[in-house]
Amino acid sequence: MAEIRQTFFQECEEQLSEMELGLLAMDEGNADSETVNAVFRAVHSIKGGAGAFKLTELVQFAHSFETALDHVRSGKLTPTPEMMKIMLRAADVLSDLVEASRDGREINEANYAGIAADVKALTTVDGVEEVEEPIDFQPTVIDFGMPELAIEPAPTASDEHEYRINFAPRPELYANANETILIFRELNRLGAMQATCDASAVPALDEIDPNGAYFSWAVQLKSDVEIAAVREVFEFVDGEADLTIETDGQAEVSDADIAALLAQALGTSPPADEANASPAIAETISVEAEPEPVAATSEAVAEEPVAPVQAVESSKPDTKAAAIPTQTTIRVEFDRVDRLINLVGELVINQAMLSQRVIEANFAGSSSVVIGLEELEQLTREIQESVMAIRAQPVKPLFQRMSRMVREVADATGKEVKLKTEGEATEVDKTVVERLAEPLTHMIRNAVDHGIESPEVRLAAGKPAEGTVRLTAAHRSGRIVIELSDDGAGINRPKVRASAINKGLIPADMQLSDSDIDNLLFLPGFSTAATISSISGRGVGMDVVKRSIQALGGRISISSRPGLGSTFSMSLPLTLAVLDGMAVSVAGQTLVVPLTAIVETLKPKKSEVHGLGSDGRVMSIRDTFVPLIDVGTQLGFRETPTQPENSVALLVETGGGARNALLVDSIQDQRQVVIKSLEANYGTVAGIAAATILGDGRVALILDVDALVSKSFEETLVGELHYGTGG
Amino acid sequence: MTQTILTVDDSRTMRDMLKMALVEAGYNVLQAVDGVDGLDVLQTSAPPDVIVTDINMPKMDGFGLIEAVRKDSRYRKVPILVLTTESDAAKKMRAKEAGATGWIVKPFEPTKLIAAIRRVAA
Repeated sequence: MAEIRQTFFQECEEQLSEMELGLLAMDEGNADSETVNAVFRAVHSIKGGAGAFKLTELVQFAHSFETALDHVRSGKLTPTPEMMKIMLRAADVLSDLVEASRDGREINEANYAGIAADVKALTTVDGVEEVEEPIDFQPTVIDFGMPELAIEPAPTASDEHEYRINFAPRPELYANANETILIFRELNRLGAMQATCDASAVPALDEIDPNGAYFSWAVQLKSDVEIAAVREVFEFVDGEADLTIETDGQAEVSDADIAALLAQALGTSPPADEANASPAIAETISVEAEPEPVAATSEAVAEEPVAPVQAVESSKPDTKAAAIPTQTTIRVEFDRVDRLINLVGELVINQAMLSQRVIEANFAGSSSVVIGLEELEQLTREIQESVMAIRAQPVKPLFQRMSRMVREVADATGKEVKLKTEGEATEVDKTVVERLAEPLTHMIRNAVDHGIESPEVRLAAGKPAEGTVRLTAAHRSGRIVIELSDDGAGINRPKVRASAINKGLIPADMQLSDSDIDNLLFLPGFSTAATISSISGRGVGMDVVKRSIQALGGRISISSRPGLGSTFSMSLPLTLAVLDGMAVSVAGQTLVVPLTAIVETLKPKKSEVHGLGSDGRVMSIRDTFVPLIDVGTQLGFRETPTQPENSVALLVETGGGARNALLVDSIQDQRQVVIKSLEANYGTVAGIAAATILGDGRVALILDVDALVSKSFEETLVGELHYGTGG
Repeated sequence: MTQTILTVDDSRTMRDMLKMALVEAGYNVLQAVDGVDGLDVLQTSAPPDVIVTDINMPKMDGFGLIEAVRKDSRYRKVPILVLTTESDAAKKMRAKEAGATGWIVKPFEPTKLIAAIRRVAA
């Protein structure tokens, strides 16, 4: 059972995601009937499963939600933007309830009472909630307000009842694969039974319809069970046979009669045949001596609720969905995949060591050992890529969560914002997806809270009242690029600059380009909001966002156009396990520089390097000057800067497109390295992203180029600041 | 002889629960994930003694499955029980019209499920 429970919650995840996707399509206004059906089914399934696990709150909420969706499905409700807002909020509540149920947390109904009422109100016509089917395991007392239905407490009858049952099956009974003999078998379980067949209706042989029903039966049953139990035996053949059950001299009222009466009382008409079948009883109904008449009645009511609307549901097989081939999948625990990835990592290192040994042993390039080794290398790489693919996940679930964030922040700030997503199918390592959630959440909050203007301001600026936040993902040259853009006001550069000066982050007279100003947002301790709002200002600044992205081996850049909006662009590695890097030597150490950061390598001439400020240096490359960063001194490998003419410069591009030159002693080679976390094994080191094991077994550090550059940039800024205040 | 039940439901949870209850009671269980799959399973296996099907399913819903099964002379006499979440009269009636034999109300007690199957299985 515990396993099924786990399956249930896994399935819930899938269904919630399906639901959200469908609702968003509906919100966009491009949902076909199958989309609506799929959303309905998702909620319906969640309710069904939740019922099995007795998750009452979940069932109740899902039930109202489902009812509303059913109305949309059947065309009784036409989705309006306001309605979709409620539906989307309801979807959020449903997700929360699923999550709370899964974690066994207590559910506080007050938290979502408002939305629950809104959802209920959707199916409320003129203030009267439509007759809803009572949920089976949540029996509610239904007051039908029918004074003429006087139910007297029954005198206690003797235990043994004698039932006389007249049963005349109609052809439909047999057509639906019911069998008289099976019904009798069930009756026989209840007590001593005797059946007499009336074959008088059988026509002449040549007139017999093989699918007809000609026999009727009179059954005598002696049993101590109540009449409800006897009726239950005939439950499935209700309406497919003429049936009367009498006991102790009284005819029992059939469900149909009660339905007819209820229908009359409620002013609706029952199906015609049932009404005709018992018009007399409908006039003068009385429920006779039965030990539990109330229970029997309400059960009958539950069985046959008066549903005036016989919703004609489309049973057309849906051709669209049928076209999608079902993919066979297996479920594997992540631990196992991670173990495999670790092993493959070791394999890569081992293969590199073996290559090194072979080189050291001076085998000829054409020898079978070298050729075999090359094949091994290729195979290793393929295995590695395949294993990485197992961990790859589409960013879709992440993006979906963001759409919820946008709704919540938009609601809280009174703005109208729509999230548009593209490239949800783009796949990236699971860990990257997971660790992106937090920085992305923060950026989305920022975009809605600070980026998008209020509807009035937007209208005044000639923009639509509803702002758009666009979230896209795409694969670009071996990395995943995620862009978040808004069509808001853009970065208020004078304000950003003033704020940075106020906070002492930059000297007042510092000359900054537009892009420099934009990048000030990433400085630690920076926050533009004059008053920190509860939405964005949660003690996390863009500097934290930047650091999280960098920790993933990614880069983040910003661009903004006043009045038109801002775009944050993040480029991240597809996997965190391997890296293509350039091995360089610095002060006798081997370091690895991620290849993606390197634009070109240069041999600087003495004449190209110029001093700048107190101890800064720039290098002239073609017709521009680029800051020169001495890796050796920056990382504290040596005190004095190295001579540029004896070194190699790596022109690197950091997030935002800024270029810098890293000065190293020499280049060793280019290789693929397996990333070993430094945080997990040692601690965080500024400017260092991770470590790796080289072919000869030594440990080499992998440079975090962005961090190294910004570290040097900050130090220079601080230097300038001191210089400025001192002068 | 062991009786075989074909369960058709798009929810893995429900399929698992049905299977658990049915296997416990000594039945053979065949599974399908929707109406189309259900018909496929019927094509490739001996006729089951009872079919238990959900109504709301993608591709082909329960009504579609029942109609298709009833049209096929081989399965015309196979009892079909539909799973309904509530005692939804409209749905039951619609299932009956399509040719359903009976119904099981979800969430079901295993004993109720077995009783319903016993009631229709020859």
